[in-house]
Amino acid sequence: MLELASVSRAFGGLRVIDKVDFRLEPGEIVGILGPNGAGKTTLFNMIAGVLPPSGGRIVFENRDVTAMKAWDRCRLGIGRTYQIPKPFTHMSTFENVMVAAIHGGRSSMAQAKAEAGAILARTGLARHALTPAGQLALLDTKQLELAKALAVKPRLLLLDEIAGGLTEAECDVLLGTIADVYKSGVTIVWIEHVIHALRRLVTRLAVLSGGGFIAVGAPQEVLADQRVKEAYLGT
Amino acid sequence: MPTAPNLLLSGLRLLFAAVVIAMAAGPYFLDPTEVVIVTEFLSMLVLAIMWNLLAGYADIVTVGQHAFVGVGAYAFFGFSALAGLDPYSSIPLAGLVALIIAVPAMILVFRLRTAYLAIGTWVVAEVLMLVAGKLQAWGGGSGTSLPISIVLSLGRARNDRLAVIYWLAFALAAAAMFVTYFLLRSRIGVGLTAMRDNEEGAAAIGVNITRARILCFLGTAPFLGMAGAIITMQKLRIAPPASFSITDFTVFIIFNVVIGGIGSFEGPIIGTIVYFLLREYLSELGTWNLILLGTFSIVVILIERRGLWGLFRRLLADDIVPVAHKPTQPAVVSRRLSATES
Ligand SMILES: Nc1ncnc2c1ncn2[C@@H]1O[C@H](COP(=O)(O)OP(=O)(O)OP(=O)(O)O)[C@@H](O)[C@H]1O
Ligand SMILES: [Mg+2]
Repeated sequence: MLELASVSRAFGGLRVIDKVDFRLEPGEIVGILGPNGAGKTTLFNMIAGVLPPSGGRIVFENRDVTAMKAWDRCRLGIGRTYQIPKPFTHMSTFENVMVAAIHGGRSSMAQAKAEAGAILARTGLARHALTPAGQLALLDTKQLELAKALAVKPRLLLLDEIAGGLTEAECDVLLGTIADVYKSGVTIVWIEHVIHALRRLVTRLAVLSGGGFIAVGAPQEVLADQRVKEAYLGT
Repeated sequence: MPTAPNLLLSGLRLLFAAVVIAMAAGPYFLDPTEVVIVTEFLSMLVLAIMWNLLAGYADIVTVGQHAFVGVGAYAFFGFSALAGLDPYSSIPLAGLVALIIAVPAMILVFRLRTAYLAIGTWVVAEVLMLVAGKLQAWGGGSGTSLPISIVLSLGRARNDRLAVIYWLAFALAAAAMFVTYFLLRSRIGVGLTAMRDNEEGAAAIGVNITRARILCFLGTAPFLGMAGAIITMQKLRIAPPASFSITDFTVFIIFNVVIGGIGSFEGPIIGTIVYFLLREYLSELGTWNLILLGTFSIVVILIERRGLWGLFRRLLADDIVPVAHKPTQPAVVSRRLSATES
């Protein structure tokens, strides 16, 4: 589904991502862990086409997308949420999702409206449909990130820290939504610090630290790994 | 249940419709001086609507918009005075020439971003003005007047001519508003609106930023060119510094849009009205006019980035001209109702 071949990214002299190799199979849901500043978001930005890698290749469904624009990758089936939400502040919450369905999801105007309504209900935003997105509370803007990402009808969904700050009950609802999306056939990569949430869903865990993955594999094994404990869990 | 903001909104919509209808009949009840002023208002409005689309939505902050006004003016003179075409068909042809010139200008300018783009557009405009000054058939550096025959073909009596030019300007402004409204409502338009609010976010949900920019740049050029043609009809002459006036066709326009409210449908309209009110009632200020407007626009942007309309909009339930899309899903509406009831 997705293949990173020796992908690197430096900011100035700082090599944040250093020759990372990674393979993602269709039907996986992979969790990514890593300390703050490890380069997790940077990795997503390169996969989604926001940042060009300083080296290496990115292949999505057998197509080299390394030089492809973000909007083309989105239309190809890569949806993503932003850790720091990027709502369209002066458009209504409904329009935020509708525009994603139209452009990324290639729906007609009428279709997009119906889809936006359904997705807002699914993400618990229906009562805010007419609220300007700039007036939503932070947790709601995170839900809106998810709603927009779903509206583009992704085959690969990149989730960047959407569970932080949720109550136990809200987190359960979110996990239910993500599980549904996954069951509908969407491959997911999920960056999250909330480990207990991650391990309930993921098929694999990958830990990013010091510019590369220090452990990739089944959740229990990765969490038990000595290097992971040192680098991330601080024990 | 009509609440106070909704009443205010209905009132404003009625007022807007009434003013547009009244303006269509302007020459029947305005005196000639007023006809001239309103014609000028309508041309300025077209320029403001176009700059707003470029800078407010597509993030093309151009300070060279006067280039296309000047190109339109010179092309209009060429078609009507030199090639002998009738003035009416010379107007769309002037728009076409502006569009053709916009293609290479775009290729040059789009290599640049932000401040460099602004400088790039200004350089392009300066070069085009210098070239215009070299055209001997167009009177060279000092310009020339429209031949009397063309002036007379618009109408024998002065008042008839003024009315014709008025209606041309009215038609162009109406077309500019119609096109903008339907553009903003369209698939491309919702993408542009998303770009206005967050460009990176828009790219992430599949909005083709480059295509939207190209469309805006090429779409505004013919309107600017046709405005240049109509301004030439009214001024009755062309000259490089006047036809390519950076002050009149770019600087004032930027102030107007910023004061009125950048990135909204209503903003350029409100800004242009404010500009004309200030100009009519504070005309004795002379050059202070520019300083005053500049200061005013800075103050407005410090208080509310989205200008007077942004301030005023807080009192209203919706836009005067509603470009936003509303949910049609009954599920959404009923949920919303139950949420407000509880
Ligand atoms: N656009 C940028 N320009 C310069 N430096 C950047 C940029 N983006 C990220 N960085 C730097 O790269 C490093 C990795 O950042 P990144 O946001 O990818 O980390 P992260 O793993 O997502 O961290 P967190 O868990 O805090 O979200 C940080 O040191 C950050 O300051
Ligand atoms: Mg991050």
